[in-house]
Formats: sequence, structure tokens, C-alpha cells
Amino acid sequence: MPSTDVINQIGLSHYLVLSAALFTMGFLGVLMRRNVLVMMMCIELMLNAVNLTFIAFSKFSGRIDGQIMVFFVMTIAAAEAAVGLAIIVSIFKRYREVNIRFFEHLKG
Amino acid sequence: MNHSLLMAILLLSPFVGFLINGARYRKNGPNLAGWLATTAIAISFICSILLVADLIGMPAESRRIAVSFFDWIVIDKLKVAAGFVVDPISAIMILVITGVGTLIHMFSIGYMHHDKGVAKYFAYLNLFVFNMLILVLGDSLLTMFVGWEGVGLCSYLLIGFWFTDKDKAAAGMKAFITNRIGDAAFLLGMFILFMTYGTLNFFDLNQLAPTVPEASWLGAATLGTLMLFIGATGKSAQIPLYVWLPDAMAGPTPVSALIHAATMVTAGVYMIVRLNAMFIAAPNTLMIIAVIGAATAVMAASIGMTQWDIKKVLAYSTVSQLGYMFLAAGVGAFGVAMFHLMTHAFFKALMFLGSGSVIHAMHEEQDIRKMGALKKYMPITHITFFFGWLAIIGMPPFAGFFSKDEILWKAMTSPLGHPLLWAAGVLGAVMTAFYMTRLMALTFWGKSRVPKEVHPHESPALMTIPLIVLGLLSIVGGWLGINHAISSILPGHPANVLEHWLGPVLREPSLDGVHHSVTMEWALMGVSVGLAALSAFVAYHFYVRSPETPKKIAESLGPVYRLISKKYLVDELYFGVIINPLIAFSKNLWHHVDVQVIDKTTYLLADLMKGGGSVVRTLQTGNMQQYAMYIGLGLVAVLSFVLMR
Repeated sequence: MPSTDVINQIGLSHYLVLSAALFTMGFLGVLMRRNVLVMMMCIELMLNAVNLTFIAFSKFSGRIDGQIMVFFVMTIAAAEAAVGLAIIVSIFKRYREVNIRFFEHLKG
Repeated sequence: MNHSLLMAILLLSPFVGFLINGARYRKNGPNLAGWLATTAIAISFICSILLVADLIGMPAESRRIAVSFFDWIVIDKLKVAAGFVVDPISAIMILVITGVGTLIHMFSIGYMHHDKGVAKYFAYLNLFVFNMLILVLGDSLLTMFVGWEGVGLCSYLLIGFWFTDKDKAAAGMKAFITNRIGDAAFLLGMFILFMTYGTLNFFDLNQLAPTVPEASWLGAATLGTLMLFIGATGKSAQIPLYVWLPDAMAGPTPVSALIHAATMVTAGVYMIVRLNAMFIAAPNTLMIIAVIGAATAVMAASIGMTQWDIKKVLAYSTVSQLGYMFLAAGVGAFGVAMFHLMTHAFFKALMFLGSGSVIHAMHEEQDIRKMGALKKYMPITHITFFFGWLAIIGMPPFAGFFSKDEILWKAMTSPLGHPLLWAAGVLGAVMTAFYMTRLMALTFWGKSRVPKEVHPHESPALMTIPLIVLGLLSIVGGWLGINHAISSILPGHPANVLEHWLGPVLREPSLDGVHHSVTMEWALMGVSVGLAALSAFVAYHFYVRSPETPKKIAESLGPVYRLISKKYLVDELYFGVIINPLIAFSKNLWHHVDVQVIDKTTYLLADLMKGGGSVVRTLQTGNMQQYAMYIGLGLVAVLSFVLMR
């Protein structure tokens, strides 16, 4: 069990590095994966990486507005997931697969 | 009844007729549409009579019924009311327009009975009468101009009434465009007068007109009236803009009677008489008017002698008679111009309707070479046409004699007159007698040249009654203006009604110090009537007794005859000098400026955009992940910019 010292040793930069790593992984996932469901999850990952940044800054600056921002992000993430999943379902109904290349048909 | 109500009914009755027939032009049959339109004009006629009756009851110096419905335009100095005036001048006009108009509407019911678009025809005809009434009743140049344009429109619509025939549609356009040229000058005239006198109201303008005649050619009154006169040459078919009227015969014949003989074409004369004080102040303009009038009278009459189409002969005759009216106005005899306008409306409407009756009987044949001896088939048409013939060639005591003789007398004796103008007038009268007799002889007398398959018949009562009424008017119409010489030998010495009626409202050149003996008046009268009678006799001899003679004479004249029968090649001249060069110039503009410069510039711009677009378009692949990458790259770019700074 780590002592509180260890926890206290975790500085802002650690959080930011972790957050940046998560964000980059998520972003690469969005760019590279072909399965839309996975891409959705990657987007969630990116959003949560950002959330982490907010929280970290909030903790280390002692101000609460960063945490409030997180609630907004979570709300929007929920809405985005609902809309995104709905599109995925309709794409699936049509093509029996949720590969990203089917989204090219949306181009005018 | 009060005057504004009467005036409103007078004006709006034809308009309501137009709205009803216009809205139901597919449904209203010939009888319903025709009687509706005729009733509308008849109501106007009754209103006119009531108004004129009131006018007669007023003291001679202040005869004027003015009604202003509302302020139409108020901009700074320019104040124009929707004002309408009945005074002795417009009184004559409204009686002629609505009276003759009613008869012609009635005639049309019979004439247009078989036409498909009959309700549309009557709607146009009613709209025409409405606009014509605005033209003559309007109290300012601008209100007149509304009617002026309106009648032009209706004229166009009715000339091209059978627009499926390309020639007829083209005739309508020719009339419209020629009129537009005049209208442009009319507008300029209005601008000049407004700039100088600050008003467009007729009565104010006549008050403000210089009392000393302008000697300069560049004075406001001279330039303004000259421009207005050019407008009148368009509307009233004078040299140089008369070319549309003969072509306008493409319209239905009653239209020719109403618009192109009795009413619309006299609008120019009416306008000059309206602004009499202003025109008197511009003797240079008057001189031009007189010369143009006399020249038109002679030229059109000479063309009339060579035409074979019954309506074309009458059309040139109309141009020629309008020339007489302008001649009268040009020597300052405005009252006489109105007098001839009125008598001409009677006998020319009569003859056009008569020709309509003939054309109807001949199954749309208009060539007088294929007629002849129609007297026995169409007795009523013949006898009424006969009266019209006597009236136009100026035989006493028919209507045309009094008015034409008075014009010739004034052309000789007025301070603005000249013996040459008189001589031209007499020459015109002689030619008029010749071509009208020729028309009578070829149509009604002599041997029949009617093709065997055509069986001429007298027209129905609906068409003959207007002929009879107009025939009577062609006899008695002139008795309103009996001159002194004749009056002095008649029992009871009938007064010159028209002179007393119009005198107070006209400013004519003073005749003080000008004395002419009655003997001279008789002599001049004798010369013109004698020559006309002789000419008529010669024509009768040529075309009834020895039909070979005219051909021989025509052959012996050779090129001269061909030039006249081709209407002096005026149309060709206009095409050669104005229209074709204009078209060539426009084509050059089209090919070299529009296509080469303007189009190319726009194409270049479009190509530029297209080229740029095709480069940028490659970015939009539809690949979602690619888009996401652009977003990422954008983020990196922005961040690096922010951080590196």
C-alpha cells in the first residue's frame, strides 16, 4: 500500500503526461481503426484524457471551475455517444457491418 | 348629379367593362361580351352628354368642370393631381369618343361574332376607351401622358389581335416602337416645359405662355412645343413617323375605325389645341407643323391613289386627313382643327365600318380589284359609304366640305398662313377626290370582278345601324361650323356654333388689320370644290367607263408610278438608313464586345474558380479518418504556432 508521500509525490506533470498519452492513443485509434465502435471508444478515451487534464489543473490551482467543466464534457460525451450509436445502428442495418468505409457514402 | 360622381362614372365605366370581360375572357360569348362592352361605353356617353349639358348652361367665359380625385404625385415643386377637366375642347372629344365608340362597339358585335377571342377583344376595346378618356380629360401633360401611353398599348394589343399571323404581330410591334420614338420626344418636351414654367398643368401653362411670340429657335416654348409636336407625329401618324399607320390595318376593321381613324390618331391634334397659347407663342414650331401637315396631306393622298387594299386606301386617307388637321393647327386655326377632327371622326369611322361591312360580305377579301358592283348586293353599306365619300371629297353640304374648306381658307388668310400651304391643301383635296372616287368605283360601281365562289350579302342590322347613324352624322356634322360667306346667303343666317363654342378657350392669332373680301372666300371655295369635283369625275370616268385608261397612264408614268405605289420606298429608306445599320452595329457589339470581352471575362473567372475548386476538391474524400487527421494536424499547427511564438 503506497504511503501518502508517494501520492503527494505525484505532481501536475505526471497527470499531464498520462493525459497526453491517453489522448494520443485515443487519437491514433480514431485515425487507424476501421471499426466504428472502436473508434467511438477511442473518442471517449480522448474526451476522458481531456477530463483528466481539467481535474489535474483544478486540483493544483485550487479552483473548482475545472471540475465543473468536466461535468459538461461528460454530458456532451453522453449525447455524442447516443447520436453516434444511432448512426452506427443505421449503418449496420444497411450494410451488416460497421466499417468506417461505409461512411464515405455520406459524402455529397 | 354632382360632377365628380359623373366624371368618375364616365371614366370608370369602360374600365369596369374591361375588368369583367378581361377576367372572363374564356367564358363570355360574343353577345354577352359585346353588349356588356357596348353598355359600358353607352353609360360613358350618357355621362358625357350630362356633363356637356351642364357645361352649355354655364357662362361662355367660365365653361370648365374640373374634378380632382386625389393628389397623384407630390415631389418638391412637382405637384400632379389626378385631375380631370371638361371644357369646350375636351367636351367635343369625349362626345366623339364615347358616341362614335358606342357605335363601333355595336358594329363589332356583328363583325367579331365568329372570332374565338371575342371577349378579349372587347376587353381591349374598353380599356382603349378608358385610356382615351384619361388622355382627353387629364388636366396636365402628365395625366395626358398616362392615357397617351395607355392608348398606345391598346393599339398594339389590337393591331396584333390575331397574333398567330406573324405579319400582324409584327405590325403591332412596328406601331408600338414607332410610337415610342415619338413618346421619347414627348417626354423631353414635358421636361423642357416643366423646367421653364414649373408646372405641367395645361391651364397654368397656357397662362404662363409668353404673350410675345418667341422669335428664337432655342426658346423654351419653341423647343418644348417642337418636342411635343414630334410626339404628336408619332401618335398622329405624320411625316416622318407615319409609317406605322398603314400597317396598323392588320387589326380587326372596327379597331381601325375607332383607334386608327376616329380617336387615338387625333390625340396629337388634340394636344396641340389643348396647349394653344403655348403653341401660338412659338411661331417657328407652328410653321413646321403647318409644313409637315401639308406635306403629309399631299404625300399620303398620292400614295392612296395607287393602293389596291381597301383598308390601305383608307389608312393613307386618314394620314392625309390628319395632315389637314395639323395644317390647320399650324396656321393657328385651332378651332378649325378640332372641327375637322370631329367631322373626320364621323366620315372616316363610317368608311372604315363600311369597308368592314364589305370585307365581311366578301369573306375577308380586301383587294378592291376583286370587288366591283357591290351596290346591288349591299344597298345600305353602299348608300352610307356614298355619304362618307361625298363628305371626304368636300362636296357641299356634307360634313367634310365645311371643315376642309375652312382649313384651306385659314391656310390662305391666317397671318401664319401662306398661299403655298393653300395650294398644297387644294392639291391634297384633288387627290383625295380622285382616290376616294376610285375606291367607290372599284368597290361598289362598274362591273363585278367578284370571284364566282364568293356571294356578297348585306350585313346584319347590328352592323348597318351604326353605318346609318354615322352616315347621317356625315351629312349634318359640318353644319356646326358654317362659315360667314355661306351663312350670309342662308335663310336665318345660322351661326358658326363651333366657333362660338371654342372661341373663348382658344388663343388664336389676331385677325386685326387682316381683311379679306367675301368674294375671295367664294372664289377660293369655288376653286377647291370645282377641282375636287372635276377630279372625282375624271376618276369616275377612268374606273367605271374606261378601266383601261388608268393602266395606260400608270404605264406611261413608269418609274414615278412605281415609286408612289411602293409608298416612296420610305419603309425601305428607314430600313436602309436607320434600322439595318443599327442592327449591324448591335450585332458587332454582340460579337465583339459581348462575346469577346464580357462573356470571356466571366468565363475566365468561372474557369479560375473551377480550377481552384478541382485542386481543393481532392481534400474532400469522404474518408472520415482522413478528416480526423486534418483536425489533428490543424491542432498541431495551431499549438506549435502558439507555443513557438
